[in-house]
This record gives sequence, C-alpha cells and structure tokens, in this order.
Amino acid sequence: MKFRIYRYDPDKDAQPYMRDYDIALEPTDRMLLDALVRIKAEDDSLSLRRSCREGVCGSDAMNINGRNGLACITRLADLKEPVELRPLPGLPVIRDLIVDMSQFFKQYHSIKPYLRNDAAPPSPDKERLQSPAEREELDGLYECILCACCSTSCPSFWWNPDKFVGPAGLLAAYRFIADTRDQATSERLDDLEDPYRLFRCHSIMNCVDVCPKGLNPTRAIGKIKDLMVRRMT
Amino acid sequence: MVKRIVVGAHYGLRDWLVQRITAVVMAAFALLMLFIVLFHRPEHYGAWKALMSQQWMRLASLLFLLALFWHAWIGVRDVFMDYIKPAGLRLLLLVGVVLLLVAYALWSVQILWSLY
Ligand code: SF4
Ligand code: SF4
Ligand code: FES
Repeated sequence: MKFRIYRYDPDKDAQPYMRDYDIALEPTDRMLLDALVRIKAEDDSLSLRRSCREGVCGSDAMNINGRNGLACITRLADLKEPVELRPLPGLPVIRDLIVDMSQFFKQYHSIKPYLRNDAAPPSPDKERLQSPAEREELDGLYECILCACCSTSCPSFWWNPDKFVGPAGLLAAYRFIADTRDQATSERLDDLEDPYRLFRCHSIMNCVDVCPKGLNPTRAIGKIKDLMVRRMT
Repeated sequence: MVKRIVVGAHYGLRDWLVQRITAVVMAAFALLMLFIVLFHRPEHYGAWKALMSQQWMRLASLLFLLALFWHAWIGVRDVFMDYIKPAGLRLLLLVGVVLLLVAYALWSVQILWSLY
C-alpha cells in the first residue's frame, strides 16, 4: 500500500518534505496505525505518537488524506492511495507527525477543568450524589479524549490559538457548567463571555465533522451561548 | 519584549445576538420584496416609485438598511479580529468602517425620503 508522509527533523532538514513509502501489509493489518507500525519497522527515523491503539488515549491524532483523525481507529480499507499523512494543522511541528500540544492544553487548563464546589460534602465519607437525569446531562461531554482533532481543524483556532479556547476546551467548559455538582457556573460564564475566548466560534462545525468520538462541540458551544442569553434577559 | 496575551473584554454576547436578530429582519424584508414582486408586479418606474415612497415602505426599507449596516459592522469586525493582527491598524480600520457605515445610514435616509 502506498503512503506519502510528511517528514521534518528540525535538526537535519532545512525544509519539511513528503516522503513516499510502498509497503506490503499483512492480512491482520486493518487500521492505519498497523501500517504505520510496519513503516516504522522499515524506517525507524519516522516519529509518531501512539499508545493505546484503540481510540482511548488520543495520542495518534494526525491529518489523514486532508482530514484529522486517529490512526488507530481509521480503517485502511476506507483510505484512498497514496495515503497522505501530515501532522495536525495549526500547531508547531516538533518532528514528523509529532506536534507541540502546549497551546492546546493551555486553553484546556484555562477553563479550570475540575469541579468547583466550596460547600462541605454531605458527610466526610459520602459522595456528592447525582440523580440519573442529572448524570445524563454529562453524556456527550465527558467522553472527550483531548486528541485535538477538533481544535486543529477549526479555522478560528488556527488564527487565534492563543486567545480562542477552541472546541475541545469549550466542550470541557460546558461539561463543568452542566454538572450539578459544580457551583461556579456564573464565574465560568463570566470567564467565557469574551469576543475571543468564546465568540471566535462562527459555528463552522469542522469540529463536529472530525471528532473521532462522535462528540458535538458546536452543540455544547450553543448551550453556553443559550445560558448567557437566558442570564442576560 | 515579552508579548502579553490579553483577553477578558467581557462583551460579545450582545453582538452575537444582534447578528441573529438583524439577520431575521433582513430575511423578513427579503420575503416582503419577493411577495411584492410576485403578486403586486410593479412593472415600470412609476409603479416602483409609488410603492417606495409610501411611508410604511420607507420605514420598512430603513429598518432593513439599518439591520444590514449593523450586521455588516459585526461581521466585518469579526473578520478583522481574525485576520488583522496589529492592534493599531485594526483599530484604524474599524474606525474607518464605523464612519463609512454611519455615512451610509444617513445617506439611506436622504435617499428614501427624497422620493415622492
Ligand atoms: S471533542 Fe472530540 S475531537 Fe475534540 S479533543 Fe475531544 S475527542 Fe478529540
Ligand atoms: S463550530 Fe466553532 S469551534 Fe467548531 S470548528 Fe467551527 S468555529 Fe471552530
Ligand atoms: S493510539 Fe490511543 S487513540 Fe490512537
């Protein structure tokens, strides 16, 4: 199977370039990551991140034939040859398919991704309980694996990665706003009511299109705006 | 020099809402015009002039144009925020756009009320 892979080693290469590979696959090679592991066995200078190889760690996100996705859950049979692989767009390349995710995580941390609740728990040895309906509010939000496929396909994030929280961060922000155990809703809304942090989103929905976990950041962003309108009127 | 990233202007919701409301106003006016062209069929200059110089039509047109200018302001500012990075240049361009749109609004009034 034929591949064209983005190669760049800042210590050696003056310019990034595309390198062609033609490799023989085994019948057991089903996912793109299987093929990448074969390629790496032949050319160990190729750098990429991967860990769980089953779509739960979020480390092997890359741009596959022009679309962001996880190599480990992208079926080889669905790919057009030569398969063009590039690092996630919009983030600085460290080497080959590895990008520097600092900016992405900085935005994630900026929304304070943890429960904020100053009230004493019901009793020291008891959890803060939720009803099944309250817990259901978190479905479609908590499953995010922070792979960055969404934020790096969002033009608003490309232009303002330092100021726009991005779809992944905003989905996480709504995950805590929607949580009945969190008491910081109004502080969270205050923090997001900003022309850059939230309102750079123009509902282009690239994020929804690529999310490998099938999540919908645009809907979460809409719900944040909805709460702001309700709070204002 | 260290470049500091500043956010936290605490606006944006109103503009986002206004963008939607003005869009609805413009859509309603477009439907009104479509209705007039289809059913009223003003076929020559005189008919158009008679239609456009009625007071309710003037007000509807003005409402449409003001919605358009306000909508344009929010949209153009968004584009500038995305693509024009130096803050001084952006401010200058935004002031230019505001002046232009205000001039257009005044000019619209003059045009609409000079028809009779
Ligand atoms: S929302 Fe989806 S695409 Fe975005 S980081 Fe989470 S899992 Fe990845
Ligand atoms: S909907 Fe918003 S966050 Fe998602 S890709 Fe579009 S601009 Fe980005
Ligand atoms: S290797 Fe963990 S998500 Fe692909």
